Amino acid sequence: MDTPQESNQPQIPNPPPVADTQGKAVHDGPILELSGISVHYGAVIALNDVSLGVRRGEVVAVMGPNGAGKSTVLKAIMGLAPVVAGEVFWRKAPLAAATHEIVKEGIAFVPQGRRVFTHLTIEENLEMGCLHLKDKAEKQRRLDGVMRIFPILQSKRGDLASAMSGGQQQMLALGRGLMAAPDVLLLDEPTLGLAPIVVKEVFDKVSEISDELKTTIMIVEHNIKGVLDIVDRAHVLDKGRIVFTGTPNAIRSSDILTHVFLGKSGAS
Amino acid sequence: MQAETEHDRSFTQIVRKPQALVAAARNNVELWANLLIIGWALGFMLWQGVGFAITVGTVFAIWAILSVSLNLVVGFTGLLSVGHVGFFGIGAYTVAILTSDAKYEQLRTEAIPTFGWPFFAALPLGVLLAGIVAIAVGVVFNRFRDDIYVLVSFGFAIISFNVFLNWRNLTRGAFGIHEIPRPAVGSWVLDRELEFLIFALALLGLIMLLSWLIVTSSFGRVLTAIREDEQAIAVFGYRTTHYKLAVWTISAMMAGLAGGLFASWTRFVDPNSFILLESMLLVAIVILGGLATIWGSLLGAMAFVLLEEGMRFLPFLPAIHIGQARLVVLGILLVLLMLFRPQGLVGRYRL
Ligand SMILES: Nc1ncnc2c1ncn2[C@@H]1O[C@H](COP(=O)(O)OP(=O)(O)OP(=O)(O)O)[C@@H](O)[C@H]1O
Ligand SMILES: [Mg+2]
Repeated sequence: MDTPQESNQPQIPNPPPVADTQGKAVHDGPILELSGISVHYGAVIALNDVSLGVRRGEVVAVMGPNGAGKSTVLKAIMGLAPVVAGEVFWRKAPLAAATHEIVKEGIAFVPQGRRVFTHLTIEENLEMGCLHLKDKAEKQRRLDGVMRIFPILQSKRGDLASAMSGGQQQMLALGRGLMAAPDVLLLDEPTLGLAPIVVKEVFDKVSEISDELKTTIMIVEHNIKGVLDIVDRAHVLDKGRIVFTGTPNAIRSSDILTHVFLGKSGAS
Repeated sequence: MQAETEHDRSFTQIVRKPQALVAAARNNVELWANLLIIGWALGFMLWQGVGFAITVGTVFAIWAILSVSLNLVVGFTGLLSVGHVGFFGIGAYTVAILTSDAKYEQLRTEAIPTFGWPFFAALPLGVLLAGIVAIAVGVVFNRFRDDIYVLVSFGFAIISFNVFLNWRNLTRGAFGIHEIPRPAVGSWVLDRELEFLIFALALLGLIMLLSWLIVTSSFGRVLTAIREDEQAIAVFGYRTTHYKLAVWTISAMMAGLAGGLFASWTRFVDPNSFILLESMLLVAIVILGGLATIWGSLLGAMAFVLLEEGMRFLPFLPAIHIGQARLVVLGILLVLLMLFRPQGLVGRYRL
């Protein structure tokens, strides 16, 4: 068995410490954690005893080949997948199960395929992200904040989302997620199907969100090279199991990705 | 569902190249649909005279209330329902039972109690009752996936028809309810057809206004989002089942209103007016006019009524075959429309 030692161990020692707005060290255990999660779609075992977590302020990637169960990880958090075993912990307490309650807890989800509302304008799409916000001034503040990060949304705010390019729709999807002012942002394949130059832009924006808004981010990605440049840690999934957890450097220097993506050896 | 943007051609382009006007006009199906149907309606009126136009207008108003209200559910929210006729029937029967003062003893058929309420007291109750039934039914419906909705609503239409037919000591079953009075305010009775037409059009205007307010509100935007991607909106904290239940109930209450209007207009109701086919026709009207457009539902209803009434005048068609003929023609029209213009006459979305 040539799988690295860390496999199936979600915690990794010595993450780079980051200071939050109060100036104290932030890595004090996971803010969001999956513990022994299994998800079954009928006979298909999408996740099998998966444990992983993200600490406050971190950017963590979930990587793996097609069908590995990456999206299912995020769906399990959002209450959108049939979880048969295990528990999701949020700030060390079990997370409420109902999908519509999760955003109030401070978790926003940007689904695979963007899924913006094409028959609504950009501004209306963004407003969909902050339902429970009654305070008009705060809503405007958030709109301004999102538009500052994504100037393209500002200039097209009255256009229908259907009139935007794929990259712009992805920015809109990110912006819509940010309108909830989440503590944790879950991103599912934000660069899928985008041109290389746009891919870079999206990764830059993700870094910007992390640096400036101090948002904790869990990002599912196909684009390994790009995502490893912007994350603090990464979990590698294969066939519904965690096969590696480590820093980008640890991953680059191991041969885990070759195993998983090229199937040179049966990684667990 | 795809957006249609081809109609948003810039005006300046046409001015600069006049021949583009011809091309634009040829492509502007919406404009042609509007002109055709409105022109057809006007021509019909001139040809058959005002009396007939008043009848057609009233029938149109009732169908238009139904189709605009159904469009809230089918078009704006994306829930295909063929159960609308049930709420139409509840409104009609409530008004019929409460307002009728028929002397059934003289008719020598089954008697039911008569109440002799005024129309304007019975109508709100009919609307309310349709709403209450809609909430009860909707709570059950919300347990189903959207693609099952149509089947469940089918079941509702069948059940409500059978209640109308078989709850005989309330509805008199197949005998129907007679002597339903026209609306009255004090001593002023709306018994002239023109007065009733104006009343019906006023109610239609009210329903259109209400629908417009709904679809342009933030509530309406959530409905649009639900139609597009219910899961994506649920993730942002929206309890989509509540929104669906709300619009379903509002729509049902509008259908109940149309029912009350219908009962008072025909002055007689029996279960035959509330068969499943009527619901199917209504869905066809909504699709024909265009999903998620209030104006489209008006056009659809108008086209349908003109078609139906117009066939009476085909010289070669024996009267007894009119019913089938209009269905055949409507069926052919629908097939053609789905082939060449799946978004309906003036719609932007496909089913
Ligand atoms: N709704 C569903 N019903 C049945 N099986 C499903 C469903 N959703 C996912 N699966 C299966 O679960 C497994 C994991 O799916 P998941 O979408 O999490 O993979 P992924 O890693 O996100 O893949 P991709 O890179 O294609 O997005 C796959 O085998 C998939 O076929
Ligand atoms: Mg996926």
